[in-house]
Amino acid sequence: MKLNKGSLFALFAVLELASDSRRQLSTTDIAEKYGISSHHLAKVMRHLVHAGLVQAVRGVGGGYRFAGNVSRTTLLDVIQLFEMLESELDVPNHGSKAGDPIVAELKSITREIDELTKAVLDTITLETALKSTRKRSATAGDIPSRD
Amino acid sequence: MKTRESIAIRSALPSDLDIIIALDEVGPEEEKPSYWRGIFDHYVKGGKKDRIFLVAETDGEVVGFIVGEVRAWEFGSPPCGWVFALGVSPKSRGKGVGQRMFEEICRRLKQGNIATVRTMVDRNNKETLSFFRSQGLRTGRYIELEKEID
Repeated sequence: MKLNKGSLFALFAVLELASDSRRQLSTTDIAEKYGISSHHLAKVMRHLVHAGLVQAVRGVGGGYRFAGNVSRTTLLDVIQLFEMLESELDVPNHGSKAGDPIVAELKSITREIDELTKAVLDTITLETALKSTRKRSATAGDIPSRD
Repeated sequence: MKTRESIAIRSALPSDLDIIIALDEVGPEEEKPSYWRGIFDHYVKGGKKDRIFLVAETDGEVVGFIVGEVRAWEFGSPPCGWVFALGVSPKSRGKGVGQRMFEEICRRLKQGNIATVRTMVDRNNKETLSFFRSQGLRTGRYIELEKEID
């Protein structure tokens, strides 16, 4: 599985905001903390607002606030706003018919893998992800683990 | 609001049978009594330490149950704890009942020198899967496979 940047930035933002739902943060605050492009993050934030996961707060000191349900929203709910998480087979357009049964079998196998991937991501709530990331931060001396 | 203080966990008693049947949301209604009678015979009346059936009570009322056992050497797996049933009354969900029962079953398994706990849940049962995830369970070493028999 390869997560695109949009999904990753969205998870940074959603988990950061969900860690304290009363707090408001600007795109710049989040982008600086995670060392990511604020321009790209701004686009991501618009998707998250549209999906109702975050709320834009206007005015002085405005920014974004978490608006989802931390114990119900799953990682898949966030990721699927940005990608389908479906394996692709790079099948040649003019391939011979001889390859059809193999392609069909491979498609069936990748579908099985995709379903498992989704099943895993759909059972990890933001609350559980936050709990795990806090544990990692504590053991790594507040340095996010890269494994 | 969490009300962990008022939750009491104890081993199930034969007299809990009817309330467990009522709390169970799995399977067709007509098959539940015979299924649970069998489970009670093995896990409540059997008196074996490696079979654990716990109930949770709040204000003297049974509001949840968890059942597990030690299984060993299935395809080479060293002894491990298996949780195969878990239920919490809808009105008592979100109050830490499941967590208290799971912590207690893990405590008892650990007393028996068991280091791993395992379970298997339908992938569409998001609520139960999310609960086990919240307790730190991850995809394990063993992969469930199945087929329709021709």
